[in-house]
Amino acid sequence: MTWWDTLRTGVDAVRTHRLRSGLTVLGILIGIAAVILTVGLGLGAQQRVNEQVQALGTNLLIISPGSATGAGGIRGGLGSASTLTQADADALGSKVAAPDIAAVASTTSSSQTLQAGSANWTNTVVGTQPSWASVRARTMSDGRFLSDDDQRSAATVTVLGATTAQELFGAVSPVGQSITINAKPFTVIGVLASAGGTGGTCGAGGAANNDDQAIIPMTTAQQRLVGGTGRLSVQTIFVQATSPAVLSAAYQEMNALLLALHGGTDATSPDFTITTQEALVTTANSVNRTLTILLGGIAGISLLVGGIGVMNIMLVSVTERIREIGLRKALGARPRLIRRQFLVEASLLGLAGGVLGAGTGILGARLLPPLISNPIAVSVPAIAAAVVVAIGIGLAFGVYPASRAARLAPIDALRSE
Amino acid sequence: MPAVIELDRVSKTYRSGSLEVPALREVSLRIDAGEYVAIMGPSGSGKSTLMHILGCLDVPSDGSYLLAGRDVGELDEDELAEIRNRRVGFVFQQFNLLASLTASRNVEIPLAYAGVGRAERRRRAVDALHRVGLGERSEHRPGELSGGEQQRVAIARALVGGPDLLLADEPTGNLDSTSSAEVMALLAELHTAGRTIVLITHDEDIAANARRVIKIKDGRIGADYALSGAAR
Repeated sequence: MTWWDTLRTGVDAVRTHRLRSGLTVLGILIGIAAVILTVGLGLGAQQRVNEQVQALGTNLLIISPGSATGAGGIRGGLGSASTLTQADADALGSKVAAPDIAAVASTTSSSQTLQAGSANWTNTVVGTQPSWASVRARTMSDGRFLSDDDQRSAATVTVLGATTAQELFGAVSPVGQSITINAKPFTVIGVLASAGGTGGTCGAGGAANNDDQAIIPMTTAQQRLVGGTGRLSVQTIFVQATSPAVLSAAYQEMNALLLALHGGTDATSPDFTITTQEALVTTANSVNRTLTILLGGIAGISLLVGGIGVMNIMLVSVTERIREIGLRKALGARPRLIRRQFLVEASLLGLAGGVLGAGTGILGARLLPPLISNPIAVSVPAIAAAVVVAIGIGLAFGVYPASRAARLAPIDALRSE
Repeated sequence: MPAVIELDRVSKTYRSGSLEVPALREVSLRIDAGEYVAIMGPSGSGKSTLMHILGCLDVPSDGSYLLAGRDVGELDEDELAEIRNRRVGFVFQQFNLLASLTASRNVEIPLAYAGVGRAERRRRAVDALHRVGLGERSEHRPGELSGGEQQRVAIARALVGGPDLLLADEPTGNLDSTSSAEVMALLAELHTAGRTIVLITHDEDIAANARRVIKIKDGRIGADYALSGAAR
């Protein structure tokens, strides 16, 4: 009995009981499709987070202030202190002290009400330097960005995000128009191209919406919008390293420089936090991963149930074909061949379930994303693995029924009615 | 003539709980090549057990059994399977054809287990079907054949491997008298061609086709006598 003969006999047996085989295959199909879709959802979410974080800028490091400890020792959250200053940002910009840093942009942001004619809108107003556009990898859709002159003269000019421009001016070009921010007059000099995405997953780096903000010179913000002791402090410093290879070198330089500047603070508990893009991705993905594992686990259980279905049907098949087994043994089939026969049948069911499940999964990955507004990534290795796992499940759950068939005594098998 | 079957004080005891039920008690028997023997006995006499042992479907509890000179008492499962495959051809009361396979593929099964290649298997199967007069029906499935035809397919399957012994267990038990006559005529023809045939039956008329009758009673040989050719 060659493998080919065994396979042919197996296909015959599976085809003889179409409905039963079909239902068994359905169990595996659902399991495999569920695994492919959940893993795809997880991968899709990860890819999206990566894209969003990449959209923040390239080779980006983000410095946030540390935690502030108030009177009575009550510690605020990270970023609650106002320990970062424009002096820190300027020092980081020095090519001598930090050769691996390409550009620095400090920001201070606050929520303000903008008014243009009769339209008003409340959003985040960000004070920063001209380098911000390149550090954050933003481009203009209209007009120009802040210039060094604007910065020096603390000009009352602003660059609007795409959403903000839309809300205040509709379809009209806002460039050259006047608006008020916190009741102070500003001239719109440009509109940022849309960055897309919500930025909501980006933690420290992102304001609420990358497209809903108004950018003004840092000097202007300090003089006109921020009062009191917070005046000279900055909230976040965005630093761009010269290349991905020197990210950690840049990190070390920043850390050393800031520790020196903030002299007297303990190096083990600095009053600032440096976050890398990688760290942001890791944080966001750890959440996604937990969810993927949870959903994947549920899908895995359904696959297991499918496997039990295979075992069940194979046991029925053994019982039902007890005479056939007896006959085959009488005609000279060795126990090993009987076992092989049933294992081949079980793995055929697994294979069919795996292939059809992979097809269903791929189809689902094409059709579902618009309905659930989440991307589903289909990876070829994952699908190949799913099919292999399906065959493996058929085999694993076929072992017991197959050994039972192999162990049957030929006379008992022949005698049964 | 060399002996095909040599039983020396063979016993078989079945265990049912703590109870030991003897089915065969020290049966000694010799059947030579070319003989046509009918084994008779009422149900419960032990004739089925004897047939299972002769066919290597079961092994004796005691005593020795030489099939074509080979002691089968010490063989393991795989070796017994090989003996059944090469030395014994079975014909059953219920035909035991696989319903999903054509006549020729049913006949091919023993050859497949013997490792014969596909083309050769096919050729020999069709050949065997011709010998039992079913050459034209090799592509029919069992459901499309009459009872007598199905039993002839089963006989073709038993013959195809060229066994030393043809073991027929109530081969006409499920057949009408016309089909019975056909099957018995075929067995007689095979005997004439030199086959060793052991027929298990409880029917005197069927047994009368054989040349020698062995009667089993209470697990022992009660009678063993030759039939003259004239009796048929």
